[in-house]
Amino acid sequence: MSESVTCCEQPEIDFVVLDRIIQEEYGGRREAMIMMMQAIQRQYRYLPEEALIYLSLSIGVPLTKIYEVATFYASFSLIPKGKHILHVCTGTACHLRGSGGMVQHVAQKLGIEPGQTTPDMKITLETVNCLGACAMAPIVVLDETYHPQSTVGLINELIDPILAE
Amino acid sequence: MTSISPAPDLSWTRKLSRPEDLAAYRNQLIAEQHPDATRILVCCGTGCKALGALHLLAAMKQAVADANLDVKVAPLVKRTGCHSFCSRGPMLAIQPQDIFYQKLKPSDAAEIVQETIIGGKLIPRFLYKPPGAKQPIEKRSEIPFFAAQTRVVLERVGQIDPFDIRDAIAWGAYSGLAKVLTEMQPKEVIEEMKISKLRGRGGAGFPAGLKWESCARQPGRHYVICNGDEGDPGAFMDASLMEGDPHAVLEGMAIAAYAIGSDRGFLYVRMEYPLAVQTLSNAIRQAEDLGLLGQNILGTGFNFKVSVSTGAGAFVCGESSALMSSLEGKVGRPRPKYIRSTEKGFRDSPSNLNNVETYANVPKIILNGGAWYASMGTERSSGTKVFSLTGNVNNVGLIEVPMGTSLRHIVYDIGGGIPNRKELKAVQTGGPSGGCIPIPKKFLDINVGFGKLAEIGSIMGSGGMIVMDENTCMVEVSRYFIHFLVEESCGQCTPCREGLTQMEDILTRITRGEGRDGDIELLEEIGNFTNSFSLCGLGTSAANPVLSTIRYFREEYEEHIRDRKCKAGVCKALYHLEILPDVCTGCGVCKKRCPAKAVTGEKKEPHLIHQELCIKCMECYRNCKFDAIAIR
Repeated sequence: MSESVTCCEQPEIDFVVLDRIIQEEYGGRREAMIMMMQAIQRQYRYLPEEALIYLSLSIGVPLTKIYEVATFYASFSLIPKGKHILHVCTGTACHLRGSGGMVQHVAQKLGIEPGQTTPDMKITLETVNCLGACAMAPIVVLDETYHPQSTVGLINELIDPILAE
Repeated sequence: MTSISPAPDLSWTRKLSRPEDLAAYRNQLIAEQHPDATRILVCCGTGCKALGALHLLAAMKQAVADANLDVKVAPLVKRTGCHSFCSRGPMLAIQPQDIFYQKLKPSDAAEIVQETIIGGKLIPRFLYKPPGAKQPIEKRSEIPFFAAQTRVVLERVGQIDPFDIRDAIAWGAYSGLAKVLTEMQPKEVIEEMKISKLRGRGGAGFPAGLKWESCARQPGRHYVICNGDEGDPGAFMDASLMEGDPHAVLEGMAIAAYAIGSDRGFLYVRMEYPLAVQTLSNAIRQAEDLGLLGQNILGTGFNFKVSVSTGAGAFVCGESSALMSSLEGKVGRPRPKYIRSTEKGFRDSPSNLNNVETYANVPKIILNGGAWYASMGTERSSGTKVFSLTGNVNNVGLIEVPMGTSLRHIVYDIGGGIPNRKELKAVQTGGPSGGCIPIPKKFLDINVGFGKLAEIGSIMGSGGMIVMDENTCMVEVSRYFIHFLVEESCGQCTPCREGLTQMEDILTRITRGEGRDGDIELLEEIGNFTNSFSLCGLGTSAANPVLSTIRYFREEYEEHIRDRKCKAGVCKALYHLEILPDVCTGCGVCKKRCPAKAVTGEKKEPHLIHQELCIKCMECYRNCKFDAIAIR
């Protein structure tokens, strides 16, 4: 583990788990790198540097290339995410029904920008382009549970208990 | 997300080792289904699932079990894909009685079983009532939303259980594949595709038969790739197909593989569609178990292995060369197309890439003939097209109509018109790179097809259709799409990267009331430059939202810049709300609704909005029953 001071605890990297993902699930194939990274992110909720170094060594792809992929695709995060993730859909149908205002509201309330996490690591605010559930617009997703036809009031009901925890 | 494993285990089933076995198996499956059995089809598409459809499904199953029915044939409760009438979910259909129940809760299940299944009586409050109508519509097939459609590619979606291949086979899945394997040479398959005049459904509209032919001609190992990276916000046609009838897509890919001489296929699916990944992966496993995919398909010696890959959240990966690069585990950046992907694509080998809907059409074309397909639609755009109809329209959902159908038919007959007595202002087609078509002015009767939409400055795109009412600000819509594209531009070529950023800056200024003389002309100049000199298809259409809104709504831009007014009431710096004293009845709804306590007034007296307190959330405007609140 590096000695540098970070905002939060570094997770313990389990190399057995990494081997299972890289070798067993995807056969160590370089072409499956994006899916390996997704599996690693599912495991740690972000992409820890150490895990990426191990991935680089395992499949023989330079770390710079892995960094390029990690920063190109919107779903990857190099910084830890909060305990809860609130996705606000900003697809066209949701936008027309006011999702922009909802993002603004949550951002103001939590004092963070979309993509950021509250300093106490409780909530990460994310926007998503479209979830394909446009009839339910505007839609927000808290930890994979969909909340259709959302309002600012409903979002408050969702996040207030988390903030009070 | 609730994770239940809805798929039956078929690994014990005997492999179908001859083409005739498929037909025999199908007949056996049909015979096993009792013709009199009542089938309760519960929609479990992404939309209804978000509204709790899985709980409704469980409750219906429980209610049927609890009722202990004293009948010969127990009703069958089935999990299906999208019924497409998304604004009415959760919903179910009861067949063969032709009943459609909508806006259901799990607690309604027992009543439905008692009253309708056992008692044979309709429950009026669950029936669909069109806006403004007094009586509900009793039969599903008489509801205009369903009746006005032509369902070809969506035929099985909503009818079959997407997790059970036996259901799909009973409905004819893989018969097209069996037909090409036994009766047709690869060349004949391509010929049939050319006769059908099927054009790619992903956006560009390239004739599928020609693409297959040019790919087949190349030497080396061939790949079949399916583009399920449906990135256009507001579009969910491909999602519903993959979730509701995965076998149609797989069968289409297998037929393409046979035609171009390939043994390997990939399905690239957006990571935002977890349900589609689940249904497709399960469908592949079941098809392999039965010998319909994989090695030695139906004993004919034809091999075709398919796998599912997921994207990682990049809009540009919907572009074919970027998608192939992403499939190789790299960043998805489009490449110049001096050499087509059909020559050198995935792994530098000849690759045939089509969209989900394109492949799903293929089995129908093979079974019914290319001429049958070409007889639908128009001369230049044959067949049907699925659109996702969203935005400010009464019936939000998925629709399938023949090419060449008028926008009037789509928005009014199928879509049921505009809610809340509003005026229709525009229809946006083609996603972020599409254009806004002004409706009342001239285009309500245009026939939707590839050529016609391009003529008026929009594109077909993959089939998103967003209806906008009078409360939509076109400048803000254009800013929204450009912002989307700024975020999603891959950034490798300057016109797209810089052009979009500059356009966003200007549009943001205008919507904040800081527009300047000459802004419109500058936007046109940058927009034309971006569209002319970008590298890929996304860049060369990136300025369409700006250019099409300027073309048709120039006066709205001028009002924003010159008069500092946003008549639609969207750009907060450019309007305020007033209560019209002679219209206001003093009902007090606005006062009660206002979260900023900016409304005052006595009961039955005209109310007043205090401008210094108003946060312009539009809550009063949306809820006033007397249209007494005006945007100024």
